[in-house]
Amino acid sequence: MTARIEESLARQVERMERARLARRTRFVLRDEHVTLSHGSGGKATHNLVEGLLVPAFANAALEAQEDAAVVATNGDRERLAFTTDSYVVSPLFFPGGDIGRLAVHGTVNDLAMVGAVPRYLSVGLILEEGLAIATLRRVVDSMRDAAITAGVQVVTGDTKVVPRGKADLLFINTSGVGVVRDGASLSARNVRPGDRVLLSGHVGDHGMAVMLAREALELEAEILSDTAPLHALVAALLAAAPHTRCLRDPTRGGVATSLNEIVQHAGVGIAVDEDRVPVRPAVRGACEILGLDPLHIANEGKLLAIVPPEEADLALAALRNHPLGAAAETIGEVLAEPEGMVVLRTGVGGSRVLDMLVGDPLPRIC
Amino acid sequence: MTMRYVDEYRSPALIRELAEEIGRLADRPCKIMEVCGGHTHAIYKHGLQDLLPPNVELVHGPGCPVCVIPMGRIDDAIAIARMPGVIFTTFGDMMRVPSSRGSLLDAKAEGADVRFVYSPLDALALARRTPNREVVFFAVGFETTAPSTAATLLRAREEGLRNFSVFCNHVTIIPAIKAILDSPDMRLDGFIGPGHVSTIIGLRPFEFIPRSYGKPVVVAGFEPADVLQSVVMILRQLRSGTARVENQYARVVRPDGNRKALEILSATMELRPYFEWRGLGFINHSALRLRDELAAWDAEKRFAVPGVRVTDPKACQCGEVLKGVIKPWQCRVFGNACTPETPIGTCMVSPEGACAAYYNYGRYSLMRSGAGA
Repeated sequence: MTARIEESLARQVERMERARLARRTRFVLRDEHVTLSHGSGGKATHNLVEGLLVPAFANAALEAQEDAAVVATNGDRERLAFTTDSYVVSPLFFPGGDIGRLAVHGTVNDLAMVGAVPRYLSVGLILEEGLAIATLRRVVDSMRDAAITAGVQVVTGDTKVVPRGKADLLFINTSGVGVVRDGASLSARNVRPGDRVLLSGHVGDHGMAVMLAREALELEAEILSDTAPLHALVAALLAAAPHTRCLRDPTRGGVATSLNEIVQHAGVGIAVDEDRVPVRPAVRGACEILGLDPLHIANEGKLLAIVPPEEADLALAALRNHPLGAAAETIGEVLAEPEGMVVLRTGVGGSRVLDMLVGDPLPRIC
Repeated sequence: MTMRYVDEYRSPALIRELAEEIGRLADRPCKIMEVCGGHTHAIYKHGLQDLLPPNVELVHGPGCPVCVIPMGRIDDAIAIARMPGVIFTTFGDMMRVPSSRGSLLDAKAEGADVRFVYSPLDALALARRTPNREVVFFAVGFETTAPSTAATLLRAREEGLRNFSVFCNHVTIIPAIKAILDSPDMRLDGFIGPGHVSTIIGLRPFEFIPRSYGKPVVVAGFEPADVLQSVVMILRQLRSGTARVENQYARVVRPDGNRKALEILSATMELRPYFEWRGLGFINHSALRLRDELAAWDAEKRFAVPGVRVTDPKACQCGEVLKGVIKPWQCRVFGNACTPETPIGTCMVSPEGACAAYYNYGRYSLMRSGAGA
């Protein structure tokens, strides 16, 4: 009898494992229409990207799927990082930031995550008929200030205007070019069992600040977006821990989604200790009320670093020495098993799978 | 925000103590059903099953409001949402529940004006702001959410707001528990009672469970220590051979419930003669509809709702999962055809659904226990 149960259990496990692997290795786009889920940064976004876009444009730089593509120029003597991102945040101004700053920081950070020094940006503006020029001026001023602080120049751009109702006030696209530091080779594929997972600060601030500003939830919480340029923090980190394996800025889909991307590309597992993930009380409280997991909420000024164990202490000290990494913590470690999965060790001593975000971060109802 | 209040119920020392106590008390195999989806979610979120001995099994009950909505009602919802001039408002979870043809999220992508709201009052405010549109609120949930629908209806009547209506799908928990107790394949030893529902209905409605069926009921809160303590209390009753209703959640639940909420409920809604539950079939007096006085705000009366009964997909075993007959992973389609991204059954949609909870959080422990077996 027991043997039968064990056999059935083993079969179930095998079936689930097969299903899991099939899903992890091949994202498929089955949907008939684009839904908002495709924009959440979670699984549906991956289905869109890996089921349609990556196969369409197949090439090595794209398939690496890092935050920015790294391409060699001048016969391999110089490596350039190149990335692009579009910004459609609503409202345009939110506690702690605005769409303009976000558009500069987001692209600067994508460049920084592959070890590049950000240099040049392009700016594309899609404007809705009727947008107040004063609003546009505020956004552009904010972009200028952010670019100066980040040490990048906006060297080219484009503007388009669409009729009222065809866009929501203002959308921005920025592309960025940076020069990859000599010797820097940051990629999820470098990650090895035994490596440590470092997080540069509190999670969920940006997503929750925007959500509260948008939904008028009447939650009395002072939550500011964490939007910030991370290139200087990366420079400090790489100086202290030159063998850092891989960096990610956990934006849409949050820390959980970024860690899942890493384990899938690296063929390893990651264990995260829930207690060691820094979450501000106000963010945690808002998440409890809305039924969301802070690890699924977007950040715009945080990085995840995977570092070899022997450099972990130095890396953590370097992060904490920088104002943007003052609350940095070692939140987990890389394991050989279970491959392709992120496991959360809960504060009360249990464990569970920490999966990518599915669908929008929609609230639970009771 | 009162986070320290919550932390107290997540203290690792307290949790360890309770887990040890459960280990001492559990001298025989027992199956305990947590009725409420909130408990299912808490159990998975905190990995509580890791802390229980193998002979104590938690069975996930029918208390997830999203999970028990039959497919035909989602078809009706989508039919209303597609009508010209309608703004269809819903809680976020309902957006992804499949009908016989796509979900509300798909209907939205195809052009229907579907918006998600956090409360029926948000829908009412939307109706005020858009006087030339028909705003319909998709009301779902147990006694926990029904009073806020009721209060919103009363407000709409007071303001004479005619472009607002409610598509009422509120259900009541007691008949569903009774249906499970009467089901021939039932093998449960006790119940963790729904904490939030009990704040409204109080403790008395549960008394038939120990009286007529001889099973203990402990109404519990939603923090890890609450859940474990309720298991301790149930095991103590089982050991001493008693069965009664106990209140673990006394800091929130009063024995008489919330009289004010019950009053506005009965002022606005009445029991339907019967209602279909996903997987459980038709259950008598198990749901609420608007009273005739409120017909002007009743979407079922104002719009031509198809009202066609749709059979659950053949492969889907939501009913057996909801009754605790099988574990989510024992379902034929679990993890293959039915995943949170492409759910077939409702249990896979809401994070409170047994299958979604198991899929998102529970696979690791199954794989581990499987590897160890």
